[in-house]
Amino acid sequence: MPPASAGGRAPHEPPISRTLSEARSKALLARFGVPFPEERVVADPDAAVAAAIDIGFPAVVKLNGDRIAHKTERNLVRLNLADEAAVRRAAGELLAAATPADGEVELLVAPMLRATRELIAGLARDPHFGMTVMLGVGGVLAEAIADATIRLVPIEREDAEEMIDDLTTQNLLRAFRGEPPVDRSRLADVLLALSRAAVVHPEIVSADLNPVLIVGGEPIAVDALVEVQA
Amino acid sequence: MATTEQFLALFEPRGVVVAGASTHPGKFGFVALHNLLACGYRGKVFATNREGSAVLGRPTLPSLEDVPAGEADLVFVCTPAASNSEVLRTAASKGIKAAFIASAGYGEAGEEGRALQDELVTLADELGLLLVGPNGQGVVSTPVSMCAQIVAPYPPPGRIGIVSQSGNFVSSFMNYAIHSGVGVSRAVSAGNAAQVGVADVLEFYAEDPATDVALAYVEGVSDGRRFFERLRAVCEQIPVVLVKGGATAGGARAAASHTGSLATDDRVFDGMCRQAGAVRAATIEEAYEAAATFATQPLPKGPKVAVLSTAGGWGVVTADAIARTDLDLMTLSADLLRDLDAELPPRWSRNNPIDLAGGETKDTVPSVLSTVARHDDVDAVILLGMGIQGNQGKLEREGPFYPDHGLDRIVSFHERQDHRYTTTAGALADELGKPILTATELSISSPDNPAVRGVVESGKYCYPSSNRAVVALAHLWHHARWRARRGL
Repeated sequence: MPPASAGGRAPHEPPISRTLSEARSKALLARFGVPFPEERVVADPDAAVAAAIDIGFPAVVKLNGDRIAHKTERNLVRLNLADEAAVRRAAGELLAAATPADGEVELLVAPMLRATRELIAGLARDPHFGMTVMLGVGGVLAEAIADATIRLVPIEREDAEEMIDDLTTQNLLRAFRGEPPVDRSRLADVLLALSRAAVVHPEIVSADLNPVLIVGGEPIAVDALVEVQA
Repeated sequence: MATTEQFLALFEPRGVVVAGASTHPGKFGFVALHNLLACGYRGKVFATNREGSAVLGRPTLPSLEDVPAGEADLVFVCTPAASNSEVLRTAASKGIKAAFIASAGYGEAGEEGRALQDELVTLADELGLLLVGPNGQGVVSTPVSMCAQIVAPYPPPGRIGIVSQSGNFVSSFMNYAIHSGVGVSRAVSAGNAAQVGVADVLEFYAEDPATDVALAYVEGVSDGRRFFERLRAVCEQIPVVLVKGGATAGGARAAASHTGSLATDDRVFDGMCRQAGAVRAATIEEAYEAAATFATQPLPKGPKVAVLSTAGGWGVVTADAIARTDLDLMTLSADLLRDLDAELPPRWSRNNPIDLAGGETKDTVPSVLSTVARHDDVDAVILLGMGIQGNQGKLEREGPFYPDHGLDRIVSFHERQDHRYTTTAGALADELGKPILTATELSISSPDNPAVRGVVESGKYCYPSSNRAVVALAHLWHHARWRARRGL
């Protein structure tokens, strides 16, 4: 689901919301229990290399900043960096790609996770029903499959369990290509964490966890974007 | 905030006044009085007519002023919008507590009508009147045999409480009630829902001893969050079956022009229903069948379904239908297989669906049904292939050879047997507290078939196809699971 940010808003209207950087989005949601990979925010290529050595290869490096919402479209994500040289090169390129409009930027260094299954989860405000939490099937076919389910915030554990049951693509949640079944309790925890975050932070307009990878049966969100009222 | 006392004035009034009764049989003011009198309403009936002309051979009163104080609780308003403020004032002064406004020309008729509607609500609030409508079809209440409506039909009494944002669907639901024999307690069309909305009526149904299940048609809700909270509270008390118009973009545009309410993302509405514990049906007939099932069958304790059929094909498509739901076409345990082996010829399916393979003796169907339904593993049964004997009996009874050649005796036997099979199913469901659903297309093609009559006489719903029985049962199971998960 796309963020509810005002993509269709006329340019002369004042901004009513702003996005948090990936690092700040993750920090906010992590406090409520959304699982993220271990990752570091660093200032320069040397620090990026040190962080990658610490976390382990292969690594991912992304450009991070409050005004950088759509990294993929701008090619600001470098995946599968196998060694120090690759990390150093990627870090340099990303910093060079920053424009003055991006404001202050940093580098985000994370482990490269692999998964055959991707989900999406998030928060969005419905004009009639207020804040909602969503779970859907992610990945390249997500839009074609359009398998998603929604509840009103706040949700209870029973609601989260029923959301998981709601997904039509149940086979994706069972043991899959040699991987264990999705830990439904952990997945419910992710939805409950989003719901709690929305209750505690009513200034949240939307949140996207895209994708939530299933690694060894456990859900882990590798990207996050939180939009708040300006 | 509507009170129980006000709703009792609407649904169980001591007397009803039809304001604006007409001598012209084509006018709503005539039809409303006709329907009220024709369906046997037990309270007093008054009618007003400006000229004081008799209607349907009954005297009328020239004004509401002439209604004796304290003898009527409900006024059914067919007068033009412009005079309705006066009608409400006078009604309140006579001790009337509820008004159903059938008159049009309000919120549905543009800005001016909207202003008139707002004034009417303000006045009703001041007067302490419950105001239903305007632009509504009417109100039905079978416990007092009341059909205060500007159209037919009048349904048999039953346990389903109906509320609808479209008057036509009140009629549709009640027509299904007439067809199936699974009846209605109350029915009301909310019209423009100026003061009383769907949620208000649902809250009354939750407390209403005459109502076991609520059935609602909605197009839009004005305060989504509040509607959700109220709906959830109602669902904790009684099942609510809901069908929503305007679920697609095209339907939403039609609904917006119909009720002036905005449609929302259908997935949000769907999730809201699941969270609230409401059953959302995809179609009008599915909604009625779900409500009729809640009204007449116990809730299943689990998803395990046994299918019992007198012939293979029916069982096969039913198995397919079950596979498309969260129900479980259960595996028959060893002891149940052994018990059935003792009752059936060796060629029976030895599998679920339980195909009797034409191996029936006189008592096979009731006996096998009882064995299956009583087994602890079985949460619900779907019974297929009933009515075959009665259907052959019908052809024989109506053919040129009847009653000779032994036809009189065999026809009579066939009919008794079919009737017994389905009444046994109904009695077992009640005794065991397990849903047993009978499906046959004879409910449509031959409603006088003795098997179909047996279902109806048991107070159950005869599903016109097995897939529709499966969908209804799946709704029951979803609601049962929602309750169980929340310790309700």
